[in-house]
Amino acid sequence: MSGVHLPPAGGPPGAPEADPPPGTPAELALEPQAEDERGTSLWRGAWRRLRRDPAAIVGAVIVGAFVLVAVLAPLIAPYAPAGAQWAGQVTPSSVPGPSDDHLLGLDSFGSDLLTQLVYGARQSLVIGVVSTVIGLGAGTVLGLLAGAFGGWVDVAVMRVVDIMLSIPSLLLAVSIAAVVGPSATALMIAIGAAQVPIFARLLRGSMLGQRGSDYVLAASSLGLRRRRVVMSHMLPNSLSPVIVQGTLTLATAIIEVAALSYLGLGDPNPTVAEWGRMLVRAQDRLATDPHLAILPGVCIAVTALGFTLFGEALRESLDPTFRR
Amino acid sequence: MLRFLVRRLALLVPVLLGLSVLLFAWLRALPGDPARTLLGERATPAAVERITAAYGFDQPLPVQYVTYLGRLLQGDLGTSSRTGEPVLESFLLRFPATIELAVAALLIAVLLGIPLGYAAARRHGGPLDSLLVGGSLLGTVIPVFFLAYLLKLVFAVQLGWLPTAGRQDPRIDATHVTNFYVLDGLLTREWDASWDAVVHLVLPALALGTIPLAIIVRITRASVLEVTGQDYVRTAEAKGLARSLVRRRHVLRNAMLPVLTTVGLQTGLLLSGAVLTETVFAINGIGGYLFDSISTLDYPVLQGFILFIALVYALVNLLVDVSYGLVDPRVRVS
Amino acid sequence: MPDRRPPSAVPSARPGGGAVPAPEGEALLEVRDLGVEFVRRGAEPVRAVDGVSLSVRPGEVRGLVGESGSGKSVTSLAVMGLLPRRSSRVTGSVRLAGTELLGMAPKRLAALRGDQMAMVFQDPMSSLNPVVPIGTQVTEVLRTHTDVDRAAARDEAEDLLRRVGIPDPRRRLRDYPHQLSGGMRQRALIAIALACKPRLLIADEPTTALDVTIQAQVLELLRQLVGETGTAMLLITHDLGVVAGLCDDVTVMYSGRVVEEASRRELFGRPAHRYTEGLLASVPRMDAPRGEPLRPIPGTPRDLLPWSRACAFAPRCAHADRACADPDLALRELQGLPAGHLARCAHPALPESAAPVTAGVGA
Repeated sequence: MSGVHLPPAGGPPGAPEADPPPGTPAELALEPQAEDERGTSLWRGAWRRLRRDPAAIVGAVIVGAFVLVAVLAPLIAPYAPAGAQWAGQVTPSSVPGPSDDHLLGLDSFGSDLLTQLVYGARQSLVIGVVSTVIGLGAGTVLGLLAGAFGGWVDVAVMRVVDIMLSIPSLLLAVSIAAVVGPSATALMIAIGAAQVPIFARLLRGSMLGQRGSDYVLAASSLGLRRRRVVMSHMLPNSLSPVIVQGTLTLATAIIEVAALSYLGLGDPNPTVAEWGRMLVRAQDRLATDPHLAILPGVCIAVTALGFTLFGEALRESLDPTFRR
Repeated sequence: MLRFLVRRLALLVPVLLGLSVLLFAWLRALPGDPARTLLGERATPAAVERITAAYGFDQPLPVQYVTYLGRLLQGDLGTSSRTGEPVLESFLLRFPATIELAVAALLIAVLLGIPLGYAAARRHGGPLDSLLVGGSLLGTVIPVFFLAYLLKLVFAVQLGWLPTAGRQDPRIDATHVTNFYVLDGLLTREWDASWDAVVHLVLPALALGTIPLAIIVRITRASVLEVTGQDYVRTAEAKGLARSLVRRRHVLRNAMLPVLTTVGLQTGLLLSGAVLTETVFAINGIGGYLFDSISTLDYPVLQGFILFIALVYALVNLLVDVSYGLVDPRVRVS
Repeated sequence: MPDRRPPSAVPSARPGGGAVPAPEGEALLEVRDLGVEFVRRGAEPVRAVDGVSLSVRPGEVRGLVGESGSGKSVTSLAVMGLLPRRSSRVTGSVRLAGTELLGMAPKRLAALRGDQMAMVFQDPMSSLNPVVPIGTQVTEVLRTHTDVDRAAARDEAEDLLRRVGIPDPRRRLRDYPHQLSGGMRQRALIAIALACKPRLLIADEPTTALDVTIQAQVLELLRQLVGETGTAMLLITHDLGVVAGLCDDVTVMYSGRVVEEASRRELFGRPAHRYTEGLLASVPRMDAPRGEPLRPIPGTPRDLLPWSRACAFAPRCAHADRACADPDLALRELQGLPAGHLARCAHPALPESAAPVTAGVGA
């Protein structure tokens, strides 16, 4: 109940019913309906919505399991990776299937398939995270420059981004890998570089949108220096779309690794435990041993699905007006 | 409209110029002698010397760039270090196959994607909606070449319904005019040849079209949901218009705008996806050609391909912008 | 406003509220005990409109006043049958010229919309389709409800645009909404609403999105058009100036219920409900002495109680006490007020020596 007293208006007080009664209003003991969104921050609200979203939970479980397997690979995997220890058992026409020693059988080079899959998760996580960090870092800096300064800086940066966008990301990756040479590092740089334009555009758009907003004008009119306004006001407000895009990029990266491996741009060692490479190698045996291709294929799809589900749920939870 | 076109074309110039600088720098960044890179490992010293002189690799960098740009402007993309054929010629020969595949994939994506996305939005929250949302999510996380292999394994190898590879049965004595096989069959009235080309296209186009299809379903659905909540749709309903008219004139016309943009953005995806799909189905298009060039690092082909794709991509998006202006009067004025 | 029922000496309580029943056949729009609930999966239903009754006679302009969130717009959408079917539940009765609209087959209802009843919306920019020419947006309503061919519809549309004061109407027919100014767009919307000479016109905050000078023009236009045709009009607004200038009778809503109903003169002269009283007092007055502080209603519309427990306005009311915690607080006639002046208040501001206030307050 309000402590503010509304002065009686209209007719002069006099009618008995109109007089303030002796009992204090507080004795009504009726609380106004709780407004549960008041006072909670953006992230707290997002967390509350995430917890209730089944898609987010499924995504989080997949991502959690994937990270756990990747980190604990040496403890989970029954053998050392990429050993091709049982190469003698593999013939051009057949690969030993599941047995007591090898739960999922061998791969086409004679390594334990389960071990290869488990270490593949580790490889995917490393490549995914590193390439996302590269793309996010470079893209954020470019977008920040363009969005914060505007003018010719903006024009120059956006032209560079346009050029990068006009090359399909796969080809951008190919050209970078051609310079660096086929290796896991090349993959990471290539995939990361292909993501730069997305992050740059995202951040620039967000910054430009804010430059005209009232609170930035207010901060500037208070005499805050530009760097201060950008770093402590505009950047934090642009971060949530960047984080969402980062999650989605992890999914893209895991799929792109497979495509680039297929084109022969990954680690040149053929026995390496990497899902894309395993998938590529298994193609010749698709008719006889389809599981060699399907298992890594499913691993790629499920992991990418997990990151996508989680990323999109995150986006929705941060922006409740966004409809799936 | 003409001024708009000219302005948009003019905007292309800096992008293509910048791209040429990047490609030029790329050649210099490659390890080893640029002339040898262009010619391949087995080049004779005499040939290396000839190319060095022709491209001016012994000259200062700015001069080299001008020489390089001059060649590009004349349409000279160099010769393949692998086959020794002129790159542009090889492209033009193989391009129809890729276009045919990409158009077929895009047709599948658009013709299925828009109705499905619309259906999902109409039944927002229902089982069909959940199914389509889930399906389109799956469509985006499956690697293209993996899907291509699965399709080939199931429908061509196991079931034998569709051919496993190629563009046309070699036993068919087909006349080729434009190198668009489907079109050729229609032009020459060789109906069986045309039909056979279509049958050969089904699986590759499905594999290539899956990701664009998934994306178009999602965009259409989101866009229709968005538009349905707009005030002007309520106004249309308040006028008592027939439901079909509300949908056609007020919902769909507005909802198609983001879909149109998305279709334009799919071009890049389709062309790079073609590299993977054409390889799986042994289609002799630029994708398959590029695949072979990547493994041998055939620099002139790679470079030409990137320029070519960038140009196609830019032109397609220009086309999209123009058609956007036809649908949205607000764009026309500015 | 002529009295429609004999004055009663005793305050008559009507639980659930209810307007003065007009004699059969007189009211064009008769809303009785209208309730609207929004339902969402996994959430409690939200009651947006609760037991609202009101009526509009031909030629009458009834104002529906309240803050945003009071349920006045939802009421109008329920009358038009424009609430989303899946997420809302509408109860009660809405009769147009004696015909029940709730539960009517969608096709039959659509045939009435735009023809017998029409609506002018709040935001003229977002209420017009940006990618369809103005002309088509006018002719489509004509061609849906009348038997005119394309050319005749075009001529009629041109005539309509001229009548609502759009210059050079022939050229404007080909224009798109973004090529018109805000005021012109609102005029176009009014032309669309009036195209089929509806018997009921609902105007939902028709001037809120416009410049002040344009507001006056649009209001004048509405008054004139309604006066010429004898259309019944339900005018939804939060602007007391608009009410003072245009309405014959006023219904005040708070948090989904009607809290007061009276003729315009009565309402401005002798507001009974404490909310209405506060609303009027908060309007700055030209004749107030200089330096007199403004008197806002404390709190916000979100500080409210559910009507099922007490008067929803109690948390913001200076006169609130235990008596306000009455779930059956009724909309009733009050001693000392003429019949037809109803209020839902335990401690109404009763006029013993109320000085008559001119109706032009805040205009």
